[in-house]
Amino acid sequence: MYPQEPQWAREAIRAGNEKDIKMTEAQTLPTRRDEAWRYADIDAVQRLGTAALDAWQDIAVANGETWQDTMVIGTDAPELRRIRLTLGEGATAAIFVTNTGRDFTRVEVEVTLGKGAHFEFGGVTIGGGDAVREFVTTTIHAEPDATSNQTVRAVHWGTGTGNFLGEIKVARHAQKTDAAQDFKGLLLEAGASANAVPQLEIFADDVKCAHGATVGQLDEAARYYMAARGLSPEQSQRLLVQAFLGDAFVELDDEAAREKLLEAALTALEGASL
Amino acid sequence: MLKIDNLHAEVDGASGSKTILKGLSLEVPAGEVHAIMGPNGAGKSTLANVLGGKPGYDVTQGSVEFKGEDLFELDPHERAASGLFLGFQYPVEIPGVSNVQFLREALNSQRKYRGEEPLSGGEFLKLAKEKAGLLKMDMEMLKRQVNVGFSGGEKKRAEMVQMGILDPAFAVLDETDSGLDIDALRIVGEGINSIMRGQGKGVLLITHYQRLLDVVKPDRVSVLADGRIVQTGGPELALRLEAEGYDAVMAEAAA
Repeated sequence: MYPQEPQWAREAIRAGNEKDIKMTEAQTLPTRRDEAWRYADIDAVQRLGTAALDAWQDIAVANGETWQDTMVIGTDAPELRRIRLTLGEGATAAIFVTNTGRDFTRVEVEVTLGKGAHFEFGGVTIGGGDAVREFVTTTIHAEPDATSNQTVRAVHWGTGTGNFLGEIKVARHAQKTDAAQDFKGLLLEAGASANAVPQLEIFADDVKCAHGATVGQLDEAARYYMAARGLSPEQSQRLLVQAFLGDAFVELDDEAAREKLLEAALTALEGASL
Repeated sequence: MLKIDNLHAEVDGASGSKTILKGLSLEVPAGEVHAIMGPNGAGKSTLANVLGGKPGYDVTQGSVEFKGEDLFELDPHERAASGLFLGFQYPVEIPGVSNVQFLREALNSQRKYRGEEPLSGGEFLKLAKEKAGLLKMDMEMLKRQVNVGFSGGEKKRAEMVQMGILDPAFAVLDETDSGLDIDALRIVGEGINSIMRGQGKGVLLITHYQRLLDVVKPDRVSVLADGRIVQTGGPELALRLEAEGYDAVMAEAAA
Protein backbone atom coordinates (compact mmCIF):
# COMPACT_ATOMS: atom_id res chain seq x y z
CA MET A 1 0.00 0.00 0.00
CA TYR A 2 1.20 3.47 -0.79
CA PRO A 3 0.27 6.45 1.27
CA GLN A 4 -2.23 8.73 -0.26
CA GLU A 5 -0.74 11.27 -2.62
CA PRO A 6 -0.38 14.66 -1.03
CA GLN A 7 -1.98 17.83 -2.27
CA TRP A 8 1.12 18.97 -4.19
CA ALA A 9 1.09 15.88 -6.33
CA ARG A 10 -2.52 16.23 -7.36
CA GLU A 11 -2.05 19.91 -8.04
CA ALA A 12 1.11 19.33 -9.98
CA ILE A 13 -0.58 16.78 -12.18
CA ARG A 14 -3.47 19.06 -12.79
CA ALA A 15 -1.18 22.00 -13.40
CA GLY A 16 0.99 19.98 -15.72
CA ASN A 17 -2.03 18.95 -17.73
CA GLU A 18 -3.69 22.31 -17.83
CA LYS A 19 -0.48 24.40 -17.97
CA ASP A 20 -2.17 26.79 -15.68
CA ILE A 21 -0.46 27.45 -12.42
CA LYS A 22 -2.10 29.92 -10.10
CA MET A 23 0.21 32.27 -8.31
CA THR A 24 -0.07 32.46 -4.60
CA GLU A 25 0.66 35.75 -2.93
CA ALA A 26 3.16 35.82 -0.13
CA GLN A 27 1.32 37.25 2.80
CA THR A 28 4.08 37.05 5.33
CA LEU A 29 7.83 36.81 5.19
CA PRO A 30 9.36 33.37 5.66
CA THR A 31 11.21 32.44 8.83
CA ARG A 32 13.95 29.92 9.54
CA ARG A 33 11.29 27.50 10.68
CA ASP A 34 10.30 27.10 7.04
CA GLU A 35 12.33 24.19 5.72
CA ALA A 36 13.13 25.96 2.46
CA TRP A 37 14.49 29.00 4.33
CA ARG A 38 16.35 27.39 7.19
CA TYR A 39 19.83 28.44 5.98
CA ALA A 40 18.73 31.76 4.49
CA ASP A 41 19.80 35.20 5.71
CA ILE A 42 16.44 36.24 7.15
CA ASP A 43 17.57 39.83 7.85
CA ALA A 44 18.33 40.20 4.15
CA VAL A 45 14.96 38.66 3.26
CA GLN A 46 13.30 41.32 5.37
CA ARG A 47 15.24 44.00 3.53
CA LEU A 48 14.01 42.48 0.27
CA GLY A 49 10.38 42.61 1.40
CA THR A 50 7.31 40.78 0.18
CA ALA A 51 7.41 42.34 -3.28
CA ALA A 52 10.55 40.39 -4.12
CA LEU A 53 8.93 37.22 -2.80
CA ASP A 54 6.00 37.67 -5.13
CA ALA A 55 8.11 38.31 -8.20
CA TRP A 56 7.90 34.86 -9.75
CA GLN A 57 9.01 34.51 -13.34
CA ASP A 58 6.68 31.99 -14.99
CA ILE A 59 7.88 30.10 -18.02
CA ALA A 60 5.98 27.44 -19.90
CA VAL A 61 7.91 25.29 -22.35
CA ALA A 62 5.56 23.73 -24.90
CA ASN A 63 5.56 20.07 -25.93
CA GLY A 64 8.84 19.12 -27.59
CA GLU A 65 10.31 22.59 -27.21
CA THR A 66 13.66 23.54 -25.70
CA TRP A 67 14.38 26.44 -23.38
CA GLN A 68 17.65 27.48 -21.82
CA ASP A 69 18.90 30.34 -19.69
CA THR A 70 22.35 31.19 -18.36
CA MET A 71 22.90 33.84 -15.74
CA VAL A 72 25.59 35.46 -13.68
CA ILE A 73 24.12 37.03 -10.59
CA GLY A 74 25.53 38.72 -7.54
CA THR A 75 25.97 42.31 -6.42
CA ASP A 76 26.48 44.09 -3.12
CA ALA A 77 22.71 44.03 -2.49
CA PRO A 78 20.47 41.11 -1.55
CA GLU A 79 18.84 39.45 -4.50
CA LEU A 80 16.11 36.87 -5.01
CA ARG A 81 15.23 35.20 -8.30
CA ARG A 82 12.20 32.92 -8.41
CA ILE A 83 11.60 30.96 -11.57
CA ARG A 84 8.66 28.65 -12.13
CA LEU A 85 8.95 26.33 -15.09
CA THR A 86 6.29 24.11 -16.59
CA LEU A 87 7.57 21.62 -19.13
CA GLY A 88 5.22 20.05 -21.64
CA GLU A 89 5.58 16.54 -23.03
CA GLY A 90 9.12 15.91 -24.28
CA ALA A 91 10.16 19.49 -23.49
CA THR A 92 13.64 20.38 -22.25
CA ALA A 93 14.66 23.23 -19.97
CA ALA A 94 18.13 24.08 -18.74
CA ILE A 95 19.36 26.73 -16.33
CA PHE A 96 23.01 27.46 -15.62
CA VAL A 97 23.92 30.01 -12.96
CA THR A 98 27.03 31.49 -11.42
CA ASN A 99 26.07 33.06 -8.12
CA THR A 100 28.77 35.44 -6.87
CA GLY A 101 26.57 37.37 -4.43
CA ARG A 102 28.28 39.57 -1.89
CA ASP A 103 25.02 39.77 0.06
CA PHE A 104 22.23 37.20 0.43
CA THR A 105 21.59 35.91 -3.07
CA ARG A 106 19.04 33.18 -3.68
CA VAL A 107 17.95 31.53 -6.89
CA GLU A 108 14.83 29.45 -6.59
CA VAL A 109 13.54 27.20 -9.32
CA GLU A 110 10.31 25.26 -9.23
CA VAL A 111 9.87 22.97 -12.18
CA THR A 112 7.01 20.67 -13.13
CA LEU A 113 7.92 18.09 -15.73
CA GLY A 114 5.52 16.64 -18.27
CA LYS A 115 5.85 13.17 -19.78
CA GLY A 116 9.37 12.48 -21.06
CA ALA A 117 10.54 16.01 -20.29
CA HIS A 118 14.07 16.87 -19.12
CA PHE A 119 15.27 19.49 -16.67
CA GLU A 120 18.95 20.38 -16.36
CA PHE A 121 20.36 22.61 -13.64
CA GLY A 122 23.99 23.63 -13.19
CA GLY A 123 24.86 26.06 -10.45
CA VAL A 124 27.93 27.54 -8.80
CA THR A 125 28.01 29.57 -5.61
CA ILE A 126 31.34 31.24 -4.94
CA GLY A 127 32.48 33.90 -2.51
CA GLY A 128 33.88 34.92 0.85
CA GLY A 129 32.82 37.64 3.26
CA ASP A 130 29.87 36.63 5.39
CA ALA A 131 27.23 36.39 2.66
CA VAL A 132 24.86 33.47 2.11
CA ARG A 133 24.29 32.31 -1.46
CA GLU A 134 21.84 29.60 -2.23
CA PHE A 135 20.05 27.55 -4.81
CA VAL A 136 16.68 26.15 -3.93
CA THR A 137 15.03 23.82 -6.41
CA THR A 138 11.74 21.98 -6.34
CA THR A 139 11.57 19.42 -9.10
CA ILE A 140 8.17 17.88 -9.59
CA HIS A 141 8.09 14.77 -11.70
CA ALA A 142 4.36 14.85 -12.40
CA GLU A 143 4.31 12.48 -15.38
CA PRO A 144 6.18 9.30 -16.41
CA ASP A 145 9.50 9.04 -18.24
CA ALA A 146 10.85 12.46 -17.31
CA THR A 147 14.46 13.05 -16.31
CA SER A 148 16.19 15.73 -14.28
CA ASN A 149 19.84 16.38 -13.51
CA GLN A 150 21.17 18.96 -11.08
CA THR A 151 24.82 19.70 -10.41
CA VAL A 152 25.83 22.32 -7.86
CA ARG A 153 29.32 23.36 -6.82
CA ALA A 154 30.05 25.70 -3.91
CA VAL A 155 33.41 27.40 -3.22
CA HIS A 156 33.64 29.56 -0.13
CA TRP A 157 36.06 31.26 2.20
CA GLY A 158 35.91 33.82 5.00
CA THR A 159 32.65 33.03 6.75
CA GLY A 160 30.85 32.75 3.42
CA THR A 161 28.14 30.16 2.93
CA GLY A 162 26.79 28.20 -0.02
CA ASN A 163 23.55 26.24 0.18
CA PHE A 164 21.75 23.84 -2.08
CA LEU A 165 18.26 22.82 -1.06
CA GLY A 166 16.94 20.40 -3.61
CA GLU A 167 13.53 18.85 -3.31
CA ILE A 168 12.44 16.14 -5.71
CA LYS A 169 8.84 15.03 -5.81
CA VAL A 170 7.70 12.07 -7.86
CA ALA A 171 3.97 11.56 -8.38
CA ARG A 172 2.56 8.04 -8.05
CA HIS A 173 2.08 7.40 -11.73
CA ALA A 174 5.33 9.13 -12.79
CA GLN A 175 7.03 5.78 -13.46
CA LYS A 176 10.49 5.59 -15.04
CA THR A 177 11.40 8.92 -13.50
CA ASP A 178 15.17 9.42 -13.46
CA ALA A 179 16.24 12.25 -11.17
CA ALA A 180 19.79 13.06 -10.08
CA GLN A 181 21.30 15.64 -7.76
CA ASP A 182 24.99 16.15 -7.13
CA PHE A 183 26.46 18.67 -4.72
CA LYS A 184 30.11 19.31 -3.90
CA GLY A 185 31.40 22.00 -1.57
CA LEU A 186 34.97 23.28 -1.44
CA LEU A 187 35.93 25.33 1.61
CA LEU A 188 39.11 27.35 1.30
CA GLU A 189 39.35 28.15 4.99
CA ALA A 190 37.88 27.25 8.36
CA GLY A 191 34.81 29.37 9.03
CA ALA A 192 33.27 29.00 5.58
CA SER A 193 30.38 26.59 5.22
CA ALA A 194 28.37 24.64 2.70
CA ASN A 195 24.98 23.04 3.29
CA ALA A 196 23.24 20.48 1.13
CA VAL A 197 19.67 19.48 1.83
CA PRO A 198 18.37 16.86 -0.55
CA GLN A 199 14.72 16.03 0.02
CA LEU A 200 12.98 13.24 -1.81
CA GLU A 201 9.28 12.47 -1.84
CA ILE A 202 8.65 9.52 -4.06
CA PHE A 203 5.24 7.97 -4.63
CA ALA A 204 6.00 5.95 -7.77
CA ASP A 205 7.75 2.58 -7.43
CA ASP A 206 9.77 2.34 -10.64
CA VAL A 207 12.07 5.36 -10.39
CA LYS A 208 15.74 6.23 -10.11
CA CYS A 209 16.60 9.07 -7.75
CA ALA A 210 20.28 9.59 -7.04
CA HIS A 211 21.75 12.24 -4.83
CA GLY A 212 25.23 12.83 -3.49
CA ALA A 213 26.81 15.52 -1.37
CA THR A 214 30.40 16.01 -0.28
CA VAL A 215 32.31 18.89 1.28
CA GLY A 216 36.09 19.11 1.26
CA GLN A 217 39.17 21.25 1.01
CA LEU A 218 41.75 21.85 -1.69
CA ASP A 219 44.11 18.93 -2.20
CA GLU A 220 47.34 20.06 -0.51
CA ALA A 221 49.37 17.36 -2.24
CA ALA A 222 48.19 18.70 -5.60
CA ARG A 223 49.04 22.26 -4.58
CA TYR A 224 52.58 21.29 -3.58
CA TYR A 225 53.01 19.32 -6.80
CA MET A 226 51.86 22.32 -8.81
CA ALA A 227 54.18 24.63 -6.85
CA ALA A 228 57.06 22.27 -7.61
CA ARG A 229 56.36 22.89 -11.29
CA GLY A 230 56.40 26.67 -10.85
CA LEU A 231 52.79 27.64 -10.20
CA SER A 232 52.18 30.26 -7.51
CA PRO A 233 49.61 29.57 -4.76
CA GLU A 234 47.12 31.85 -6.61
CA GLN A 235 47.62 29.98 -9.87
CA SER A 236 47.29 26.52 -8.41
CA GLN A 237 44.19 27.53 -6.48
CA ARG A 238 42.62 28.98 -9.60
CA LEU A 239 43.38 25.88 -11.67
CA LEU A 240 42.04 23.52 -9.00
CA VAL A 241 38.90 25.60 -8.47
CA GLN A 242 38.34 25.78 -12.21
CA ALA A 243 38.58 21.98 -12.40
CA PHE A 244 36.24 21.66 -9.44
CA LEU A 245 33.60 23.92 -10.97
CA GLY A 246 33.73 22.35 -14.40
CA ASP A 247 31.10 19.69 -13.68
CA ALA A 248 28.40 22.30 -13.04
CA PHE A 249 28.51 23.50 -16.64
CA VAL A 250 29.55 20.36 -18.48
CA GLU A 251 26.03 19.98 -19.93
CA LEU A 252 26.11 23.51 -21.35
CA ASP A 253 26.94 23.09 -25.04
CA ASP A 254 27.48 26.76 -25.81
CA GLU A 255 31.22 27.12 -25.21
CA ALA A 256 31.19 30.92 -25.08
CA ALA A 257 28.40 30.91 -22.49
CA ARG A 258 30.24 28.27 -20.49
CA GLU A 259 33.44 30.33 -20.51
CA LYS A 260 31.50 33.38 -19.36
CA LEU A 261 30.01 31.55 -16.37
CA LEU A 262 33.38 30.06 -15.40
CA GLU A 263 35.20 33.34 -15.85
CA ALA A 264 32.69 35.14 -13.62
CA ALA A 265 33.28 32.52 -10.93
CA LEU A 266 37.06 32.72 -11.22
CA THR A 267 36.96 36.52 -11.12
CA ALA A 268 35.03 36.25 -7.85
CA LEU A 269 37.81 33.97 -6.59
CA GLU A 270 40.42 36.75 -6.84
CA GLY A 271 41.37 37.87 -3.37
CA ALA A 272 40.24 34.61 -1.76
CA SER A 273 42.38 33.31 1.07
CA LEU A 274 45.11 31.00 -0.18
CA MET B 1 75.68 24.48 -8.10
CA LEU B 2 73.87 22.83 -5.20
CA LYS B 3 75.64 23.08 -1.87
CA ILE B 4 74.09 21.42 1.16
CA ASP B 5 75.83 22.18 4.43
CA ASN B 6 75.17 20.49 7.78
CA LEU B 7 71.46 20.16 7.05
CA HIS B 8 69.19 19.16 9.92
CA ALA B 9 65.49 18.74 9.27
CA GLU B 10 62.47 17.31 10.98
CA VAL B 11 59.10 16.19 9.73
CA ASP B 12 55.78 16.86 11.44
CA GLY B 13 53.93 13.69 12.31
CA ALA B 14 50.92 12.54 14.27
CA SER B 15 53.10 11.95 17.32
CA GLY B 16 55.07 15.20 17.12
CA SER B 17 58.03 16.09 14.95
CA LYS B 18 60.81 13.68 14.20
CA THR B 19 64.36 14.55 13.21
CA ILE B 20 65.29 12.82 9.97
CA LEU B 21 68.25 14.71 8.53
CA LYS B 22 71.11 14.99 11.03
CA GLY B 23 73.90 17.04 9.55
CA LEU B 24 73.79 16.20 5.85
CA SER B 25 76.48 17.84 3.73
CA LEU B 26 76.84 17.39 -0.02
CA GLU B 27 77.98 19.45 -2.96
CA VAL B 28 77.00 18.89 -6.58
CA PRO B 29 78.88 21.11 -9.02
CA ALA B 30 77.47 22.01 -12.44
CA GLY B 31 77.95 19.28 -15.01
CA GLU B 32 77.70 16.47 -12.48
CA VAL B 33 75.22 13.67 -11.92
CA HIS B 34 75.38 12.63 -8.29
CA ALA B 35 73.58 9.48 -7.18
CA ILE B 36 72.36 9.01 -3.64
CA MET B 37 71.72 5.52 -2.41
CA GLY B 38 70.83 4.30 1.03
CA PRO B 39 68.73 1.95 3.07
CA ASN B 40 65.04 2.52 3.68
CA GLY B 41 64.36 5.24 6.24
CA ALA B 42 67.76 6.89 5.77
CA GLY B 43 66.18 10.22 4.80
CA LYS B 44 66.43 10.15 1.00
CA SER B 45 62.87 11.28 0.32
CA THR B 46 63.04 13.75 3.20
CA LEU B 47 66.04 15.35 1.51
CA ALA B 48 64.05 15.70 -1.72
CA ASN B 49 61.06 17.13 0.18
CA VAL B 50 63.19 19.65 2.08
CA LEU B 51 64.84 20.81 -1.14
CA GLY B 52 61.41 21.20 -2.75
CA GLY B 53 59.97 23.05 0.25
CA LYS B 54 57.16 20.62 1.02
CA PRO B 55 54.90 21.80 3.86
CA GLY B 56 55.42 19.83 7.05
CA TYR B 57 59.22 19.66 6.73
CA ASP B 58 61.17 22.04 8.94
CA VAL B 59 64.82 22.89 8.59
CA THR B 60 66.28 23.29 12.08
CA GLN B 61 69.93 23.83 11.18
CA GLY B 62 72.24 24.14 8.22
CA SER B 63 71.91 25.73 4.80
CA VAL B 64 71.38 24.98 1.14
CA GLU B 65 72.82 27.19 -1.58
CA PHE B 66 71.42 26.83 -5.08
CA LYS B 67 73.27 28.70 -7.83
CA GLY B 68 74.87 30.81 -5.11
CA GLU B 69 71.57 31.78 -3.48
CA ASP B 70 69.95 30.72 -0.23
CA LEU B 71 67.37 28.14 -1.36
CA PHE B 72 65.30 28.51 1.79
CA GLU B 73 64.63 32.17 1.00
CA LEU B 74 62.49 30.99 -1.92
CA ASP B 75 58.93 29.65 -1.89
CA PRO B 76 58.43 26.26 -3.59
CA HIS B 77 57.20 27.80 -6.88
CA GLU B 78 60.11 30.25 -6.87
CA ARG B 79 62.57 27.40 -6.43
CA ALA B 80 61.06 25.79 -9.53
CA ALA B 81 61.28 29.05 -11.46
CA SER B 82 64.95 29.40 -10.45
CA GLY B 83 65.59 26.12 -12.22
CA LEU B 84 65.13 23.44 -9.58
CA PHE B 85 63.06 20.46 -10.72
CA LEU B 86 61.76 17.83 -8.35
CA GLY B 87 60.89 14.44 -9.81
CA PHE B 88 58.28 12.91 -7.51
CA GLN B 89 58.44 9.38 -6.21
CA TYR B 90 54.63 9.42 -6.28
CA PRO B 91 53.44 11.94 -8.90
CA VAL B 92 50.14 13.50 -7.88
CA GLU B 93 46.89 13.10 -9.83
CA ILE B 94 45.06 16.33 -10.62
CA PRO B 95 41.53 15.55 -11.86
CA GLY B 96 40.02 18.10 -14.22
CA VAL B 97 43.32 19.68 -15.25
CA SER B 98 44.96 18.55 -18.49
CA ASN B 99 48.71 18.03 -18.77
CA VAL B 100 48.84 20.54 -21.59
CA GLN B 101 47.08 23.27 -19.60
CA PHE B 102 49.06 22.51 -16.44
CA LEU B 103 52.47 22.47 -18.11
CA ARG B 104 51.85 25.49 -20.29
CA GLU B 105 50.79 27.53 -17.27
CA ALA B 106 53.73 26.19 -15.27
CA LEU B 107 56.26 26.94 -18.00
CA ASN B 108 54.92 30.41 -18.69
CA SER B 109 54.79 31.16 -14.99
CA GLN B 110 58.46 30.19 -14.70
CA ARG B 111 59.33 32.24 -17.77
CA LYS B 112 57.55 35.26 -16.37
CA TYR B 113 59.44 34.91 -13.09
CA ARG B 114 62.69 34.92 -15.07
CA GLY B 115 61.61 37.91 -17.16
CA GLU B 116 61.13 35.88 -20.35
CA GLU B 117 58.29 36.10 -22.87
CA PRO B 118 55.52 33.49 -22.53
CA LEU B 119 55.16 30.78 -25.17
CA SER B 120 52.08 30.86 -27.38
CA GLY B 121 49.77 27.84 -27.54
CA GLY B 122 51.32 26.73 -30.82
CA GLU B 123 54.90 27.15 -29.62
CA PHE B 124 54.11 25.24 -26.46
CA LEU B 125 52.49 22.32 -28.29
CA LYS B 126 55.49 22.02 -30.59
CA LEU B 127 57.82 21.88 -27.59
CA ALA B 128 55.58 19.42 -25.74
CA LYS B 129 55.42 17.14 -28.79
CA GLU B 130 59.18 17.12 -29.12
CA LYS B 131 59.74 16.27 -25.44
CA ALA B 132 56.98 13.64 -25.39
CA GLY B 133 58.63 12.02 -28.41
CA LEU B 134 61.93 11.90 -26.56
CA LEU B 135 60.29 9.81 -23.84
CA LYS B 136 58.25 7.84 -26.41
CA MET B 137 55.03 9.13 -24.94
CA ASP B 138 51.94 9.54 -27.10
CA MET B 139 50.83 13.17 -27.42
CA GLU B 140 47.30 11.98 -26.64
CA MET B 141 48.48 11.18 -23.11
CA LEU B 142 49.41 14.83 -22.64
CA LYS B 143 45.89 15.91 -23.49
CA ARG B 144 44.57 13.80 -20.64
CA GLN B 145 44.21 14.90 -17.03
CA VAL B 146 47.43 15.16 -15.04
CA ASN B 147 48.44 11.62 -14.00
CA VAL B 148 44.79 10.52 -13.75
CA GLY B 149 44.48 6.89 -14.82
CA PHE B 150 48.21 6.67 -15.61
CA SER B 151 50.00 3.48 -14.60
CA GLY B 152 52.97 3.80 -12.23
CA GLY B 153 55.36 3.62 -15.16
CA GLU B 154 53.41 6.15 -17.21
CA LYS B 155 53.49 8.59 -14.31
CA LYS B 156 57.27 8.37 -14.10
CA ARG B 157 57.62 8.79 -17.83
CA ALA B 158 55.27 11.80 -17.66
CA GLU B 159 57.53 13.28 -14.96
CA MET B 160 60.41 13.13 -17.39
CA VAL B 161 58.32 14.71 -20.15
CA GLN B 162 57.54 17.52 -17.70
CA MET B 163 61.24 17.87 -16.97
CA GLY B 164 61.98 18.05 -20.68
CA ILE B 165 59.42 20.78 -21.21
CA LEU B 166 60.45 22.84 -18.18
CA ASP B 167 64.17 22.36 -18.96
CA PRO B 168 65.50 22.94 -15.43
CA ALA B 169 69.10 23.71 -14.50
CA PHE B 170 69.07 21.14 -11.73
CA ALA B 171 66.95 18.05 -11.11
CA VAL B 172 66.38 16.18 -7.87
CA LEU B 173 64.92 12.85 -8.94
CA ASP B 174 63.38 10.83 -6.13
CA GLU B 175 63.25 7.16 -7.09
CA THR B 176 62.24 7.96 -10.62
CA ASP B 177 63.15 4.38 -11.51
CA SER B 178 60.71 2.70 -9.13
CA GLY B 179 57.74 1.09 -10.83
CA LEU B 180 59.39 0.99 -14.26
CA ASP B 181 59.78 -2.11 -16.39
CA ILE B 182 63.12 -2.77 -18.12
CA ASP B 183 62.27 -0.99 -21.37
CA ALA B 184 60.72 2.01 -19.61
CA LEU B 185 63.76 2.22 -17.33
CA ARG B 186 66.06 2.52 -20.34
CA ILE B 187 63.81 5.14 -21.96
CA VAL B 188 63.65 7.18 -18.75
CA GLY B 189 67.42 6.86 -18.20
CA GLU B 190 68.14 8.03 -21.73
CA GLY B 191 65.66 10.84 -21.19
CA ILE B 192 67.59 12.01 -18.13
CA ASN B 193 70.81 11.90 -20.16
CA SER B 194 69.47 13.91 -23.07
CA ILE B 195 67.64 16.50 -20.92
CA MET B 196 70.05 16.94 -18.02
CA ARG B 197 73.52 16.12 -19.33
CA GLY B 198 75.28 19.30 -20.22
CA GLN B 199 77.27 22.24 -19.05
CA GLY B 200 75.59 24.24 -16.36
CA LYS B 201 73.25 21.39 -15.41
CA GLY B 202 73.24 19.05 -12.48
CA VAL B 203 71.32 16.06 -11.15
CA LEU B 204 70.80 14.56 -7.72
CA LEU B 205 69.58 11.06 -8.45
CA ILE B 206 67.98 9.21 -5.56
CA THR B 207 67.74 5.53 -6.31
CA HIS B 208 67.80 2.05 -4.83
CA TYR B 209 69.05 0.22 -7.87
CA GLN B 210 72.15 -0.04 -10.00
CA ARG B 211 70.05 -0.69 -13.09
CA LEU B 212 69.20 3.00 -13.68
CA LEU B 213 72.83 3.91 -13.01
CA ASP B 214 73.89 1.55 -15.82
CA VAL B 215 72.09 3.93 -18.19
CA VAL B 216 72.61 7.32 -16.52
CA LYS B 217 76.19 6.66 -15.35
CA PRO B 218 76.67 8.98 -12.35
CA ASP B 219 79.88 10.92 -11.81
CA ARG B 220 79.67 10.51 -8.05
CA VAL B 221 77.80 8.18 -5.71
CA SER B 222 77.01 8.89 -2.05
CA VAL B 223 75.55 6.68 0.62
CA LEU B 224 72.94 8.28 2.88
CA ALA B 225 72.34 6.55 6.20
CA ASP B 226 70.59 7.81 9.33
CA GLY B 227 70.28 11.34 8.00
CA ARG B 228 73.90 11.87 6.95
CA ILE B 229 76.17 11.15 4.01
CA VAL B 230 78.44 8.39 5.28
CA GLN B 231 80.42 7.65 2.16
CA THR B 232 81.09 9.20 -1.23
CA GLY B 233 82.88 7.68 -4.17
CA GLY B 234 82.84 7.12 -7.91
CA PRO B 235 80.41 4.93 -9.85
CA GLU B 236 82.20 1.81 -8.57
CA LEU B 237 80.66 2.48 -5.13
CA ALA B 238 77.20 1.76 -6.50
CA LEU B 239 78.43 -1.52 -7.97
CA ARG B 240 79.92 -2.56 -4.62
CA LEU B 241 76.67 -1.67 -2.82
CA GLU B 242 74.75 -3.79 -5.30
CA ALA B 243 77.13 -6.70 -4.82
CA GLU B 244 77.81 -6.52 -1.08
CA GLY B 245 74.88 -4.63 0.43
CA TYR B 246 74.71 -1.49 2.56
CA ASP B 247 75.74 -3.14 5.83
CA ALA B 248 79.02 -4.50 4.55
CA VAL B 249 80.08 -1.33 2.73
CA MET B 250 79.04 0.96 5.58
CA ALA B 251 80.76 -1.21 8.21
CA GLU B 252 83.95 -0.90 6.24
CA ALA B 253 83.56 2.88 5.99
CA ALA B 254 83.03 3.14 9.73
CA ALA B 255 86.07 1.01 10.51
